[in-house]
Amino acid sequence: MSNMVNVYFYGKRYSVPGDLTIMTAMEYAGYTLKRGCGCRHGFCGACATIYRIKGCNELKTCLACQTQVQEGMYVASIPFFPTDKRTYDINTIKADQRVMMELYPEIYACIGCNACTKACTQSLNVMQYIAYAQRGELEKCAEESFDCVGCGCCSVRCPAGISHPMVGLLARRLTGKYIAPETKHLTDRVNEINAGAYDELIEAIMQKPISEMQELYNHRDIEK
Amino acid sequence: MFTPEMMESIKKVEATREARMAVEPRRMTAEEKSELLKAYHPDYRPEGFKEIKIGPNKGQKAPVELADLLHSNSRLLNENIDLSKIDYDVDVLVIGGGGAGCSAAIEAHEAGANVMVVTKLRIGDANTMMAEGGIQAADKPNDSPVQHYLDAFGGGHFAARPELLRRLVMEAPDAIQWLNKLGVMFDKYEDGTMVTTHGGGTSRKRMHACKDYSGAEIMRTVRDEVLNRKIPVVEFTSAVELIKDDKGQVAGAVLLNMETDDYLVARAKTVIIATGGAGRLHYQNFPTSNHYGATADGLILGYRAGAPLLYQDTIQYHPTGVAYPSQIFGALVTEKVRSLGAMLVNKDGEAYAHPLETRDVSASAIIRECAGGKGVDTPLGSGVWLDTPMIEMIHGEGTIEKRIPAMLRMYLNYGIDMRKVPILVYPTLHYQNGGLEIGGEGYTKAIPNLLVAGEAVGGIHGRNRLMGNSLLDIIVFGRNAGKAAARRAAETQLSEMNLDHIKAYADELAAADCAEEGVSPLLLPNYARHQR
Repeated sequence: MSNMVNVYFYGKRYSVPGDLTIMTAMEYAGYTLKRGCGCRHGFCGACATIYRIKGCNELKTCLACQTQVQEGMYVASIPFFPTDKRTYDINTIKADQRVMMELYPEIYACIGCNACTKACTQSLNVMQYIAYAQRGELEKCAEESFDCVGCGCCSVRCPAGISHPMVGLLARRLTGKYIAPETKHLTDRVNEINAGAYDELIEAIMQKPISEMQELYNHRDIEK
Repeated sequence: MFTPEMMESIKKVEATREARMAVEPRRMTAEEKSELLKAYHPDYRPEGFKEIKIGPNKGQKAPVELADLLHSNSRLLNENIDLSKIDYDVDVLVIGGGGAGCSAAIEAHEAGANVMVVTKLRIGDANTMMAEGGIQAADKPNDSPVQHYLDAFGGGHFAARPELLRRLVMEAPDAIQWLNKLGVMFDKYEDGTMVTTHGGGTSRKRMHACKDYSGAEIMRTVRDEVLNRKIPVVEFTSAVELIKDDKGQVAGAVLLNMETDDYLVARAKTVIIATGGAGRLHYQNFPTSNHYGATADGLILGYRAGAPLLYQDTIQYHPTGVAYPSQIFGALVTEKVRSLGAMLVNKDGEAYAHPLETRDVSASAIIRECAGGKGVDTPLGSGVWLDTPMIEMIHGEGTIEKRIPAMLRMYLNYGIDMRKVPILVYPTLHYQNGGLEIGGEGYTKAIPNLLVAGEAVGGIHGRNRLMGNSLLDIIVFGRNAGKAAARRAAETQLSEMNLDHIKAYADELAAADCAEEGVSPLLLPNYARHQR
């Protein structure tokens, strides 16, 4: 049995094993989670959490599923935060600087406090990717924000009311669709398939008896 | 941080690294693989399964936990639901807000249907979000859909339904193009060529990726598209039972608001089950790489309404789940780690198998090593090494940060730098190979206007799935289901709605004397610890 620690969920004290995560500690304490729990492995951003260690004044943000409990941890989960997603038609907008001005003009109200970066549960340079967005450097914004899980901790802390994850998402979609180079071999293959180039071949392999398929499979050449 | 005993074993891994790197381990023969699976794969442990006593698959086996849910009554059995009070009335009802559900919703909307998504947690809370390694498509000059078919068919033990597998491989390049045009940022070279790698059991390098956030990048993009189209999404609301009509068609679903416990009625001309997998049922007590809501709900809903299952007795254990540290026990370590060259190594530093055998074979070999005393002991069991420092030696410094940043981050949280030291892995419950049986157009075999897409489908992959074919199937079959459902909705006339099948199912359970005490679908796993 590992050492027990005292943690405070919404101000109420529970004694829990010290090797648990905040999420599993809440379940150990008896909570049945509905909100504030998603993939449980650090990819979905459902479990944005804010905490303070007793005796310290610094507020910290984290993902509850990826963070081990500590003695004296005061925990509040942020199961929902009203980030502001603007809607648009991906087929008609353009990958230029104006798109940010039109859809997310509040990014120009950034005061450079860097609270977003400090709050990032993925340790991303959030303020930097917002700066790229301001300058219309969409590809850089996309790269810098790529690992964002959309937990919203940055937005919670932002005095300018910026919805950072939505800005990054827009930049990534524009980059993926308009800025990244076209893949010729993909276009070619789609055209070949649409032209029926593989119809007979696929029909033929579908009809083969299992014994022949086993033979083909067991002796197929494997690209180095 | 590793324990001193683990650090001792790491020394052996380091000592053999140079020699190991000079030789590619031999791939097993078909006979060797077959022997290994029979001896060590969890699907061959009879105690993990029991017989289904009623319904279309009566007499077949299913994992014990799934069979128990199939043998449970509906939570609506003794409820009086007023079906005349309709809360939502749509053409197409999509149950599930993951990759398949969102793809279906987009295509149904594109086809002009009035479509709605209902999801138990948030839109995007799904296994799709957690898929790391990549998505397959035969789009390079040295590859073809036929080669893709052969790899998948053989990897799935020649059990895939040809009509489904054909669709998967033939529509794969179009799926990639569709995603690319939605704005998914695939890893590409400067000239636009896709960066592709091998997965276990592939004969061509056709694994497309978005770093190791492949599923997340796809999910957040299709989710954003659903929202841009203003398709209604009802979150924190479970479908707890399908509604049928006098003609035996499906006519919608009874929904449960997870927060208020209120029931709601959704009427729909076509219904798409896109509820995903079952990892949170923890078959055979395995940990899982799945998201919180993966409890096989759609299988229960469909089965109770009369739709048959296929291959419900075959489960995929991903070879490389986290074995240590305990905080992330069971979390996925993407196969891409092995695609990039990391070998599987036992506690004595031996590369006991080729790192890119198919998942069932690879998982069985790890279980064999650990059962034979060649594993490294951990607080929760044992594991083998995945020799990650090899990646940087093969591809150069910085590769791990660039190609698998999520893995690096996950381990650094616990003081383990996978660039410098290997990591400990053990199989984790990852994927349900089986599910509801469909035909090529996505319809269930028994109910003409009920469709299934994504992990809830059985038969696309046979009895084992290759890496990168699931992200592919959710897109291909999700899109198809959306299009087909929109078409069918235009032709469908619903008649009087009823829930008679719930009572009929209860009677069958009673007659077979196999009713479990609880109700199903499960909706959420029981993780809360209650002292009394």
